Amino acid sequence: MADSQSGNGRAAAMSPVGVLDRREVLPKLFPNPKDYLFIAGLAGTAKDTAALCGDDRNYYCLAGVMGAAASMGLGLALARPDKRVVVLTGDGELLMNVGTLATIAVLNPPNLSIVCVDNGHYGETGYQKSHTSLGVDLEAMATGAGIPVTRTVTEDGQIADAAELIRSGNSSSFILLKVKPTDPPKVRRSLDAALSRLQFIEGLAATR
Amino acid sequence: MSDIGAVKGDPTWPDELYELLRQQGVTQFAYVPDAGHRVLIDRSLADPDVHSVALTTEEEGVGLLAGAHLGGARGVLLMQSSGAGNCINFLSLVKGGNFPLLMLLSMRGEFGEGNPWQIPMGQGVQACLEAMGVICLRAEKPEDVIPTVSAACTMVFKSGSAVAVLLTQKLIGAKEF
Repeated sequence: MADSQSGNGRAAAMSPVGVLDRREVLPKLFPNPKDYLFIAGLAGTAKDTAALCGDDRNYYCLAGVMGAAASMGLGLALARPDKRVVVLTGDGELLMNVGTLATIAVLNPPNLSIVCVDNGHYGETGYQKSHTSLGVDLEAMATGAGIPVTRTVTEDGQIADAAELIRSGNSSSFILLKVKPTDPPKVRRSLDAALSRLQFIEGLAATR
Repeated sequence: MSDIGAVKGDPTWPDELYELLRQQGVTQFAYVPDAGHRVLIDRSLADPDVHSVALTTEEEGVGLLAGAHLGGARGVLLMQSSGAGNCINFLSLVKGGNFPLLMLLSMRGEFGEGNPWQIPMGQGVQACLEAMGVICLRAEKPEDVIPTVSAACTMVFKSGSAVAVLLTQKLIGAKEF
């Protein structure tokens, strides 16, 4: 244990755990959630998104298929160029299929933003450290994949710029939100994947 | 360089297949490349009215087409049979969410296969897909392809099913070693 910690010491120093609170940052980043279609990852970001959107049905949350959020967002963004699509996902979920950043960069739909809520941990399973606590920089990976515009948000003063990028950027974008490892909002959400699918489609039809 | 692993001879079905998929309203062509899908991939790349999506792994295609469906678009996922194994957990989304899904698999690891690495997944493809709720239809002869994919499109886009059409090695030929 001591060996592995000292071996990771330098990397950990390069990726300090965030200080922002996800429950405070996300409402500031999305003051008008109705303006977006959301695909949310599992667990933490699913709860973040459900709390953000309330009774509106402009979101589809995963509760399984870890690693699918970004590719779902890409398919939705290509299908609906008239809507702004946000993938709101965690560091663990994104890492499971991080190659999707490359797939997105090649297509570069201008209406797609990937927002990674990076708490450096697998919160749902007991807050085990994820790779981003141990030196992995997801913004650098997004840049390397070719996502044209990326940001890392570590403090309050950087939120407005990121919000503007998500609202009106003219290329795909990647936002890394460094947050502290604290719990997401307590909110009940449906785990019925088929019901959620129909509610999303009906909700989208109602906006036409 | 011979066109090994590609479709035998110069059949007309690959172009007809592209036309069929376009007539069915398919606008997202997602794939990990395989020689058996060369015509579909090239035609999708040349078609300004569709999105030609090269994937880093086949499971991305399952997510992509689920997202496309949420937005009202139709897609097809093209892969070699070995890619089916990469999709298995993501098919939970398709089965649990009743998402429509059309997959076209060019088969390896079966009739006349000379690469032993291909045999396990090739032999397991249909059992794995069926275990996850994907209906498998097989096309063995050139004249089977269009009717089979046409039937699959109806099952997917009208009935909301998940269907894989297996383009068998009898149809596309075994790669030579």
